[in-house]
Amino acid sequence: MAKRKTEVPFNGTKEQEERLKAVIEEHKHVEGALMPVLQEAQEIYGYLPMEVQIMIAEGLGLSLSEVYGVVTFYGQFSLNPKGKYKVNVCLGTACYVKGSGEILERLQQTLGIEAGGITKDGKFSLDATRCVGACGLAPVMIVNDDVYGRIVPDDVPKILAKYA
Amino acid sequence: MDTVKLKINGVEVEAPKDATILEAARLANIEIPTLCYLKDINAIGACRVCVVEVKGARATCAACMYPVAEGMEVFTNTPKIRKARKSTIELLLSNHRKDCLSCVRSQNCELQQLSKEYGCDEHKYSEETKVPQIVDVNEVLIRDNSKCVLCRRCSAVCKANQGCAVIGPNERGYDSHIAPAFDLPLEKVACIRCGQCITVCPTGALREKDDTEKVWAALADPKKHVVVGTAPAVRAQLGEEFGYPIGTNVEGKMVAALRALGFDGVFDVDTAADLTIMEEGTELLQRLSSGGTLPLITSCSPGWIKYCEHYYPEFIDNLSTCKSPQQMFGAMMKSYYAEKKGINPEDIYVVTVMPCTAKKFEIHRDHEASVNGLPDVDVTITTREFARMIKKSGIMFDKLPKDATFDPMFGVASGAAHIFGATGGVMEAALRTVAEIVTGKPLEKLDFNDVRGTKGIKEATYDLAGTKVRVAVASGTKNAAILLDSIKEGKAQYEFVEIMACPGGCVNGGGQPQQPGSVRNFTDIRAERAKALYSEDEAMTLRKSHENPVIKEVYDTFLGKPGSHKAHELLHTKYTARPKY
Repeated sequence: MAKRKTEVPFNGTKEQEERLKAVIEEHKHVEGALMPVLQEAQEIYGYLPMEVQIMIAEGLGLSLSEVYGVVTFYGQFSLNPKGKYKVNVCLGTACYVKGSGEILERLQQTLGIEAGGITKDGKFSLDATRCVGACGLAPVMIVNDDVYGRIVPDDVPKILAKYA
Repeated sequence: MDTVKLKINGVEVEAPKDATILEAARLANIEIPTLCYLKDINAIGACRVCVVEVKGARATCAACMYPVAEGMEVFTNTPKIRKARKSTIELLLSNHRKDCLSCVRSQNCELQQLSKEYGCDEHKYSEETKVPQIVDVNEVLIRDNSKCVLCRRCSAVCKANQGCAVIGPNERGYDSHIAPAFDLPLEKVACIRCGQCITVCPTGALREKDDTEKVWAALADPKKHVVVGTAPAVRAQLGEEFGYPIGTNVEGKMVAALRALGFDGVFDVDTAADLTIMEEGTELLQRLSSGGTLPLITSCSPGWIKYCEHYYPEFIDNLSTCKSPQQMFGAMMKSYYAEKKGINPEDIYVVTVMPCTAKKFEIHRDHEASVNGLPDVDVTITTREFARMIKKSGIMFDKLPKDATFDPMFGVASGAAHIFGATGGVMEAALRTVAEIVTGKPLEKLDFNDVRGTKGIKEATYDLAGTKVRVAVASGTKNAAILLDSIKEGKAQYEFVEIMACPGGCVNGGGQPQQPGSVRNFTDIRAERAKALYSEDEAMTLRKSHENPVIKEVYDTFLGKPGSHKAHELLHTKYTARPKY
């Protein structure tokens, strides 16, 4: 699934920047430094916005395009921060045959974002996951630690309203 | 050289130990088709068009990468191989936007050529053809990913030769596509507009923005006095578009074609190149004597200028304030020429033909305007666009006289100006003039061989009447970066530096005829094309800019002397730092 950047302002701290700089310093003379630096940067910031990718490109002597190419190649990297409420929809086989695709579609419509995205106010982030192991409750969506099972698309607005 | 013996299609071949199967096959006069491979730039074995069978190997091998070995047996033309190549091409065609009837690259498209050779069925897998996906349109170029085959030649050349890497593969699988970071338009990233990506693209996914309609419209407008000037490198490459061998100088035919198209004045930008040497040589001597910023760095290449502004703004003070020959040409047309001919500058429409796409950017640099707030140059077209105009107009190029000459008023140029089109040419031209000014006597030897050739970085030291002048020449902005870093770190000192954005200089510019990989991989087109310019220079008696009678006339009757107030107003410019992100 293509990664889309949404517009949440970047508010990294000085302390995070110092930590990233130390990571870059530690790796920059090693071949193939980009992957470990990206992984640690995502640990520090929770995601990899343009501002962070520019710091990494400058630090490792790469172009922003090269960094972005790697970030969007691997599923483990996110261009968006996670929201206050992290919404996950299980697209594992059991949930999928029970209609979780339509759940995801309704969530995308209701929140106005694509999977992998975050609402402009930073409140909800939406992700499609692989099997979460709750097949007996299929189809399943999870908001932070709350699991909602055996739901239909029309349940989506009601569930989201609890967190509004 | 260590060699190994192998057999290709049963024929014994002796090849260098580090050769690939592709190279070894060539030694045995066997051609293996390629698509993504570009020598020294892109060897990733991604497209699988060059597959061959190697005895004992598990699967078919990519000939562009697979190294030869002693006793190896290779088969390039088996039923299995022909079928594999055909399927690969058919899969590439499955979602390719096949508007081949009118595509700008039709008959010059490497994918089309391969499809024809292998008798492919372009509809075999055709379920869903990409819709027009034009993702980037600016004043210089157009990127259309619906014709992209993801060979990565463009992104490889952008990184390996130009050191920019502003485009690359984003996402993965079906979503893979070539674009700048965050899918920004090229205008929002530090793209220098050199057009090298266009010259290596095997299909119509990358092309210059066609400005020929503007030229046709001007030619059809009776109120406009339309003049044209051609850059040094155009005459050395235009012939390639009409089937002449690489390195054929077609200056006479080119001039005849321009006249047949109906231009009111047909001039030589080489004359403006001589003017550039007068101004830049004077600037160098002034900086040497008055302790100005050194090294002085040439400013003829707009791709290089944009690179400097984005990536090395700390060197902006080193840049010569001279406009490029193109802009000087335009300024002289709307001032000197207008005055001598008694034409209102507003009625003069200046067209240039350039080997360059960055020139399309240069004409919009806002502060270039000098005469009555008019742009120096109204429209610039590349060698490729010019060739299209000739073909469309029904002019039979091969039947044109080969000895037509430019209009003399601004059409006489020295050999020094002609070699501007090759890396080291501007340096050599400047040295010829500066040396004679400093020493006051004619040079014994006019050839400065140390600064010639296609090497990425060249250095030399010359003694000009006791003044030591250390010079360096770089082509390809990646090499420029290496050179500038060594200056910055204090590892090297120079007084005068020439930088050209494109590897080999303008002869290999982004607006030049596209040669397919099958030619590029086995011919140094930069060297072959440059020969046309050096041989023209050598055959001339007028080989120094300051001896050009037109230039003398221009200074005597109009500009005063080099570096005069008037010359500064018309022929000099300034630069601004540009953001990298």
